[in-house]
Amino acid sequence: MVTLFGIPSQVLFGQLLLGLINGSFYALLSLGLAVIFGMLNVINFAHGALYMIGAFVAWLLLTKLGLGYWWALGLAPLAVGLLGVVLEKTMLSRLYKLDHLYGLLLTFGLALILEGALRHQYGVSGQPYPIPDLLKGGQNLGFMFLPNYRGWVVVASLVACLGTWYAIERTRLGAYLRAATENPVLVQAFGLNVPVMITATYGFGVALAGLAGVLAAPIYQVNPLMGSNLIIIVFAVVVIGGMGSILGAIVTGLGLGLLEGLTKVFYPEASNIVVFVVMAIVLLIKPAGLFGRER
Amino acid sequence: MAAEIQMTTIALRQPGQDTTKQAVLFSLGLLVALAAPFVLYPVFVMKVLCFALFACAFNLLIGFAGLLSFGHAAFFGGAAYITAHAAKVWGLGPELSILLGTGFSAVLGLLFGWVAIRRQGIYFAMITLALSQMIFFLALQLPFTGGEDGIQAVPRGLLFGVIDLNQPLAMYYFVLGVFLAGFALIWRTVHSPFGQVLKAIRENEPRAVSLGYRTERYKLLAFVLSASLAGLAGGTKALVFQLASLTDVTWQMSGEVVLMTLLGGMGTLLGPVVGAALVVTLESYLAGTNLPVPVVIGAIFVVCVLLFRRGIVGEVQHRLQTVQSSQRSRVC
Amino acid sequence: MPDTVMTRPAATGTGAAMLEISDLHAFYGESHVLHGVSLEVRQGEVVTLLGRNGAGKTTTMRSIMGIVGKRTGSIRFQGKELIGMTQHRIPRLGIGYVPEERGIFASLSVDENLILPPVVKSGGMTIEQIYTLFPNLKGRGSTQGTRLSGGEQQMLAIARILRTGATLILLDEPTEGLAPVIIEQIAVAVRKLKQRGFTIVLVEQNFRFAATIADRHYVMEEGHVVDMIPNDQLAQNMDKLHTYLGV
Repeated sequence: MVTLFGIPSQVLFGQLLLGLINGSFYALLSLGLAVIFGMLNVINFAHGALYMIGAFVAWLLLTKLGLGYWWALGLAPLAVGLLGVVLEKTMLSRLYKLDHLYGLLLTFGLALILEGALRHQYGVSGQPYPIPDLLKGGQNLGFMFLPNYRGWVVVASLVACLGTWYAIERTRLGAYLRAATENPVLVQAFGLNVPVMITATYGFGVALAGLAGVLAAPIYQVNPLMGSNLIIIVFAVVVIGGMGSILGAIVTGLGLGLLEGLTKVFYPEASNIVVFVVMAIVLLIKPAGLFGRER
Repeated sequence: MAAEIQMTTIALRQPGQDTTKQAVLFSLGLLVALAAPFVLYPVFVMKVLCFALFACAFNLLIGFAGLLSFGHAAFFGGAAYITAHAAKVWGLGPELSILLGTGFSAVLGLLFGWVAIRRQGIYFAMITLALSQMIFFLALQLPFTGGEDGIQAVPRGLLFGVIDLNQPLAMYYFVLGVFLAGFALIWRTVHSPFGQVLKAIRENEPRAVSLGYRTERYKLLAFVLSASLAGLAGGTKALVFQLASLTDVTWQMSGEVVLMTLLGGMGTLLGPVVGAALVVTLESYLAGTNLPVPVVIGAIFVVCVLLFRRGIVGEVQHRLQTVQSSQRSRVC
Repeated sequence: MPDTVMTRPAATGTGAAMLEISDLHAFYGESHVLHGVSLEVRQGEVVTLLGRNGAGKTTTMRSIMGIVGKRTGSIRFQGKELIGMTQHRIPRLGIGYVPEERGIFASLSVDENLILPPVVKSGGMTIEQIYTLFPNLKGRGSTQGTRLSGGEQQMLAIARILRTGATLILLDEPTEGLAPVIIEQIAVAVRKLKQRGFTIVLVEQNFRFAATIADRHYVMEEGHVVDMIPNDQLAQNMDKLHTYLGV
């Protein structure tokens, strides 16, 4: 058995993998938050609840319709995205002319409703969701054992994050989005329908959260509370990374997940709060965030 | 938000006839408060008073300094734990225990404020939320807090060594006294030169800076004051219920105090009191039914933000203003 | 206050009125900014809006595009009423807007800036033709938009509208803050556009520049059109112009 810094390598890399997985979710969720914030100037408190809804849709698809994981991977983000579109069109869009804090308050209320409703219906204990057959089992890498599904989660998240980055930075549609974020009035004066873009952006941002929910379902139990504690850590991630860059959000999310994993190995009592401590430190040194531009 | 709050706070400052009106209102309110424990359950009214003070403390920050803190539960619940521990484990009297709790929140407020005030608006809200979540995790893990069970059977003790606070009436009037003291402090602060500077900062910070004000210091002081008063409320609450628990430091609790203030009227002095009374009553009522409380709270939040941003007291003041100004214009 | 504009078209206008503004009032919130502006632009014309700062020239442009708060009155483009139309449909009728601040996007490359405004009509210039008109822009495709010089950004702002096929171009202070050499380049480009049949409304404080290209000049003052001077009568009206423009 190999030990590194006095810790058996299995434990060390096992925790790092867990940290990487958490980091993948942080990255996916903070990416969605950043995209939404860029266009709408709204901090979507409901992001955690919508992540949870993504997991629940996957579970419901399985238990009520017999549709498995691969169906859920496509349908759940779609469903969550649609829900987001409805929320934006009926409620969120009325607040754009007001102080941005009202958007935070509205989405906070929505989060309470979504979480409360599901808690009322399903209680707080989790529903199990099976790992898809294709991804069962794992690989023995010598220094650690890598469960296939967990490896998949990291890969899938990275693909989704990088795909989003590519779509925004390198495509025509992404150019529309970037321009509308910078100067929506002028973009509209060119004949582009900016309100539709805004709605679509919100839908896409929350669809990313829904995707994260599906990925999370087989790892964590599907329960109504799975989003709420996660969202606050994601907020801290977003403050640390700053919301200026997409790659920044991804790197920060992954990095903090890894840091959490490391802390769990060497100083487990602090693992819950290490992200917040880092946030405080970053705020004292570089208030705009590691990759941020002062907004 | 600033413009709407501005409208309602202007209503506070009308001279002459209105101070008489205010004095009458205040006396009526005081009479009601003094008589309340004979009509309603004392513990229920004490709960309202504690949360009213909590909400007033929160409102000092958002309504008058323009800073939305989403982590005020850290001060409320943190003080509750300190007070509970001081009374139960160290055997200190109620006044000292509450003082310690308040002091804790003051120091915590200084630390959190110093970090959070570096950013504005939405970022400020997120940072306060994250920092208070840190307190939640500490409360969950530190041994003295009792984890999921909290600190139970907190003794109320003898006030100043003589008055037995286990007597419901004695406890009630003590809590009322604490509330009135806190409220008076807030009233004084708002109407002081310091309060005027805060208002100026809220409305146009760059201008205040150009006038030579060290706005960071004013904001920090407001933050510490708000945190301390929230701590006062939390410490008192720990003695009322003889319990300090995790619910007191959750983000849901932070959200609740935001709702109380929003519903009652941000930026008004009485709004948070009204809001707290309503929300506490509503939750008591809902506890007896099958309806999920968070859903109802969330729904009220959504409705308030979309349709009712002035809140109850704010709406009343607005109506009174428009009536007054139309009367005046008729006279002219 | 009613305006006293002569709306007889100048000799160079070819036929139909392309843009007709009647009694336009515009408001920014409570502020009443335009007080009954009326003017007319015929197809193929170049018309300038002259006036001091704050006269309402840019507000008139913004009113046409629908990006001002409240408007009353009538703005007709090729017979279609623009007031009341959904804002993003207006450019799609064939109106291109080059704003005063140029509006080059920092988060886009030069190429992306160039192709951002969607094609609204056939007959727009090709990229090759644009590079012929503005050689400075060639080979800068992947540069960040705001890294270009002021003059190049101005050319880019005009170029991207030319690609869309818009036939009415609103140019707001294209020469502001630019060196005389660059101004000349832009003047050459705008003249070429006129030759190709574009209809142009030009806001300018620099009326010497405006005089070299325009057919008619409308003078604005405090939210009204106070005069209209055909270009061939400019010399006789210099004194009047100096008073209007406070030069």
